[in-house]
Amino acid sequence: MWHQMAFWLCAAGAVGTGIAVFRVDSMARATFALLASFIFAAGTILLLRLTYLGVLVVLMMIMEMVIMAVFMIMYMMNPAGLMPMSMVHNKIGSVVIAAGTFALLTAVILLVPWPSRNGEPPPDPTRALGEALMGSKMLVMMVLGLVLFATMVASVVLATHRGRYDRYGDRLDAKRPNDPVRGGLRR
Amino acid sequence: MTLQMFLIFAAALFSIGLYGALSQQSIVMIMMGLELMVNAIIVAAAAFWYFVAPATADGQVLVLVAVTAMAVEMAMGFAVTTAIFRKRDVDMTDMAADLKG
Repeated sequence: MWHQMAFWLCAAGAVGTGIAVFRVDSMARATFALLASFIFAAGTILLLRLTYLGVLVVLMMIMEMVIMAVFMIMYMMNPAGLMPMSMVHNKIGSVVIAAGTFALLTAVILLVPWPSRNGEPPPDPTRALGEALMGSKMLVMMVLGLVLFATMVASVVLATHRGRYDRYGDRLDAKRPNDPVRGGLRR
Repeated sequence: MTLQMFLIFAAALFSIGLYGALSQQSIVMIMMGLELMVNAIIVAAAAFWYFVAPATADGQVLVLVAVTAMAVEMAMGFAVTTAIFRKRDVDMTDMAADLKG
């Protein structure tokens, strides 16, 4: 019984704060509304006895949203939310497409005869996940590692303003750095 | 709790994210919409694991992939935003419509 109540509470909370993300006036508030939505959604994962993944989502989202808040404040137009903010285009079309998607997905969810449960959850799902990742799903883990590494490199390359190749040439063999302003010691 | 309840919840999250990704002008707000959509995948994958195939860890692995996709999306999104903002002072999608057909 309390499972049911907790699920509806978390689901309503996640959907409500998810809507709030696009309705509040300040992007900082939007970030924390998104954080609340993620934490409510992680609550439903915890109800499925996925303790590790639920806690992982909560911890990761707190970190991610706090970092995101910094970027939000960098790029937002309405820092303190002192004025009403609306930065949307094609609002009606978007609402229609989103509502249509929801209606379609709900219809499919209710009409499809879903398969019945195959097997029982293991006593320790975290151990099962770890064994899968280090065994039959090792390829997934390797690809994720490569993707994360590529992301690190690519995001640094994209975000760098002027790197050493801009200053010392493609072969890094320039005697003097090609800087817009001369400076530094003995240059 | 049933699979359908979880999936409808995930569909609601996905639709809200879709609305955000389609309607917002600010690049960072679009990323928030995308994150909500990936979050729906997380909920749906966890529900499929628990209600359909709990004996194998496939659903849990899918949750892990979705969480990673979220982190990658945010890192690359902010890197692209930083790059285009630095180059052209653009932080709205309407100002970066060069490839519009």
